[in-house]
Amino acid sequence: MKRNKIIIILTIISIFVLSLVIGVGAEAFRVALIMPSTINDFAWSQSMYDALLTIQKEMGKENFQFVYSENMFVVADAAAAIRDYASEGYNLVIAHGSQYGASLADIAPDFPKTSFAWGSTANVFADKGITNIFAYEPYSEEGGYVNGVLAAKLSKKDIFGVIGPIETGDAKRYTEGFKAGIQAVKPNAQVNVTWIGSYSDVALASEAAQTHINAGADVLTGTAQMTVGAIGVARQRGALWFGYDVDQSALAPKNVVCSVDVDWVVALKPMIDLIKKGERGGKIFTLNLANGGLKMVVNQEALVGQTIEDIVKGNIQVKVKK
Amino acid sequence: MEAIIIGIAKSAIRLATPYLYASIGETLGQLSGVLNLGVDGVMLMGAFSAFYTVLKTGNLGLGLLAAIVVGAIFGLLIAFVNVTLKAEQGISGIGFYIFGQGLSSVLFSVMIGSVHTVNGFPPLPIPWFSDLPVVGEILFQQNILVYGAFTLIPLSWFLLTKTPLGLNIRAVGQNPQAADSLGVNIVRIRYFTVIAGGILSGIAGASLSIALLNVFQQNLTNGMGFIAVALVYFGAWRPLSVLNGALLFSTVNAIQIWVQVKGINIPPDFTLMMPYLVTIVVLTAMAKRRVRPPAALNKPFQRGEE
Amino acid sequence: MKYKRVREILTGLIPIAAFLLALLMGTMMIAILGINPLVAYQALYNGAFGSINAIADTIVKATPLLFVGLGICIAFRAGVLNIGGEGQLVVGALSATIICLTFPDLAGWILIIIALLVGLLSGAIWGGIAGFLKAYFNVNEILSTIMLNYIAVYGMNYLLRGPIMDPLQVKLGSFIPQTARLSQAVDLPRLIPTRLNLGTIIAIFFAILVYIFLWRTTIGFRIRMIGQNIPASRASGINVPKYMVLAFFLSGALVGLGGAIEVLGVHHRMFTDGSASGFTGSAGFNGIVAALFGQLHPLGTIPASLLLGALLTGANKMQRVVQIPSALIGALNGLIVLFVVGSEYLRRSQARRVELITEVGYNSKHKSKKEDE
Repeated sequence: MKRNKIIIILTIISIFVLSLVIGVGAEAFRVALIMPSTINDFAWSQSMYDALLTIQKEMGKENFQFVYSENMFVVADAAAAIRDYASEGYNLVIAHGSQYGASLADIAPDFPKTSFAWGSTANVFADKGITNIFAYEPYSEEGGYVNGVLAAKLSKKDIFGVIGPIETGDAKRYTEGFKAGIQAVKPNAQVNVTWIGSYSDVALASEAAQTHINAGADVLTGTAQMTVGAIGVARQRGALWFGYDVDQSALAPKNVVCSVDVDWVVALKPMIDLIKKGERGGKIFTLNLANGGLKMVVNQEALVGQTIEDIVKGNIQVKVKK
Repeated sequence: MEAIIIGIAKSAIRLATPYLYASIGETLGQLSGVLNLGVDGVMLMGAFSAFYTVLKTGNLGLGLLAAIVVGAIFGLLIAFVNVTLKAEQGISGIGFYIFGQGLSSVLFSVMIGSVHTVNGFPPLPIPWFSDLPVVGEILFQQNILVYGAFTLIPLSWFLLTKTPLGLNIRAVGQNPQAADSLGVNIVRIRYFTVIAGGILSGIAGASLSIALLNVFQQNLTNGMGFIAVALVYFGAWRPLSVLNGALLFSTVNAIQIWVQVKGINIPPDFTLMMPYLVTIVVLTAMAKRRVRPPAALNKPFQRGEE
Repeated sequence: MKYKRVREILTGLIPIAAFLLALLMGTMMIAILGINPLVAYQALYNGAFGSINAIADTIVKATPLLFVGLGICIAFRAGVLNIGGEGQLVVGALSATIICLTFPDLAGWILIIIALLVGLLSGAIWGGIAGFLKAYFNVNEILSTIMLNYIAVYGMNYLLRGPIMDPLQVKLGSFIPQTARLSQAVDLPRLIPTRLNLGTIIAIFFAILVYIFLWRTTIGFRIRMIGQNIPASRASGINVPKYMVLAFFLSGALVGLGGAIEVLGVHHRMFTDGSASGFTGSAGFNGIVAALFGQLHPLGTIPASLLLGALLTGANKMQRVVQIPSALIGALNGLIVLFVVGSEYLRRSQARRVELITEVGYNSKHKSKKEDE
């Protein structure tokens, strides 16, 4: 009797251990995403969230899982979230916002087995001896430049309006690129720029668009989530719109000519591969036109009889001074 | 030159519209003695309700009604907390602000999920008036909710100065003990003004989401409700002065956008400051006038107290 | 006597009951979204108290709430509403940062003290403007403080995207609106190896200071008097306008100090996301709530800030764990404020009942005694 009992117990234990081993073999890659705005902001955060969804679709839910924290505009809260996720053993913690850099530099050294990523930036804190932080940097000025060239070719009045939040970061780079693109085609064109002072003042963005159009602009562009107000005005008054971050044509199919779609997958895929191979950080991932990180999503419906395909496929030399 | 003035003026009038609704609503409440700092939260709930209704039914009238109903419900809750439960009004207002902001965002996330636009109230030119030079385009080619906001001014002035109800409202806010001893139902008056205030804040939100901007996003109002409350003080609880305040603030805002568009070399941060700075400066300059707030403002009523 | 005691304790529990009732409503909202409320609330607790780091985060979140709350205590006691907390935090933080950036060669401790003082003074001036305008120009403080909030934010944006932007940012071409990281010499010392720093101790120290000030000094007494009865104060010779300005000055000073401590103790640089709340976490508003929960008493504000800090920190964790829309946390936050604020009436009327019972009991006792004699 006693011997039978021992056999049964040993069998149970070995089944248990075996199942553990099998379970360990099929481990999913786990990502945590921290964003400063919401997943449906139609701009910055949404584009990264969508990218993770795309990867999940490709890799399958058993192999790729992700969680997110949205509206983390308070840096202290984001820091707590980063630390939390890291201690829960996520493979990759993405702090999607330039305000998170300092927190990452603080926390990353405590979790050498976790990979961290942030952007837009080219800083991986190599000078601090940190080796597990990746950086990603969209070359917004390239997207802006192409938009500028297209806008210049389509405009009949040669007056352009730009609506941005504050003159920093991606918004600044995109705007500089846009201006350069316009100047390359029509050196005497007028580009008027307004800064709304926040990322969410839709009413002011809308009035800025109205004022631009009153001042003669027939093509508008801008960055950040409050531009939905401007897009509405463009639709109402028949101006053309060039978008950034995501494909904004859904809001005004007849007016949104082209959007710079930032495809974070181009940075995330190689990043995930590196992490799986054991390299936890130190690389900067650029997203530009050449590697497909920036895609120009041309909305055909708004081109009313004009073909721009050959311009897009053509040879646009992006000459923007850094 | 003329085109510039027309452009700026039209902008100013559009920008002023939500402030007018919300400020007049707050004025009514404050005149009866109730402070409500939660205006922004109610505006957001009104904006969302109107937007969702129009998105699903396409019926603008129904959307406006939704905003009115939701505004009334919130007004009822605010009145209950401030008048019946006699809560600390400044704090409860902030509570309603945080709650309304959060609730509208959650509902947006769950019920709509992504950014959409709707076809809101179109411009409604008023026959003959809209053909007047300059003034015609500025004043009479706006949409119906804009007209509503401006007609609210003489309406509320009339209510407050020429009707027994208006007299009672002001009496309740000035000397509730006396009014009470004369048989005025303090509670009913305050409930009325606060619910009316809620309705007007709801309409203010709707004016954004289904008329002026035709979109809803989280935190669409971006703090407008607080500016509306501030304008009540600027207007010294008089509808006409509130109108002046709203127009002053909005006109300076419209001008500063124009300054930016024109490329005039001032850092945008400073032009953005202008509406706020000017409001304070103008109010300071008007200090000569003796203004007394409703004596019972922010003080819950307890029969037999004092 | 025992009866009174029991009623006293029950009365004190009313705010807690209200808090729990609000959580119950929150439970319903969470359940409607298809999430297990028990899991959600466990995450809430863990986020606030579940680990050393969590507790540290809670305290770090509570510290600016305490500073703002103390400022509100003074303002409220003087009968004025200071809703300029956001702007005063920004101004205090900004000026402290600028001092540290401008004088990098001074010794650490000296620079810290100067920076904190400058932060305190800047906040005081920013608040004092509102006080001055109210006292001498009849400009309502709700208007002036709201306007000043916006002016502070735009000023901050201007500085951070230009004159004091991190030179590294300019070099890298990423133009992130933040300053350089301040020298380690001006880091407030950590209490334990987490983000918990000396700033919290300074806050508690000032809480005691404010208590002594309001209840044990003549100036404090006068400030409380004008909050109770302006005509009587004037009649007894108090210079009402002067003390009103002083109240705002002190209120802003505490908040400005809080902002400076946020920079030196937690972030070690100044940054913006275009609004105030990216940096402050809306402490300028939440601190008002904390002050009320603390019964507008500086010592009561300490546990109140801690509770609120725990709630906010825990709620973030809850959002992470059950993946609810983050806005639900805001709605829950608002509900809690409403329920507790609404329950105040019940508490007050119960407290008054307790007093009455005591009086009646005393009278009847002595009455019967007299009769015996």
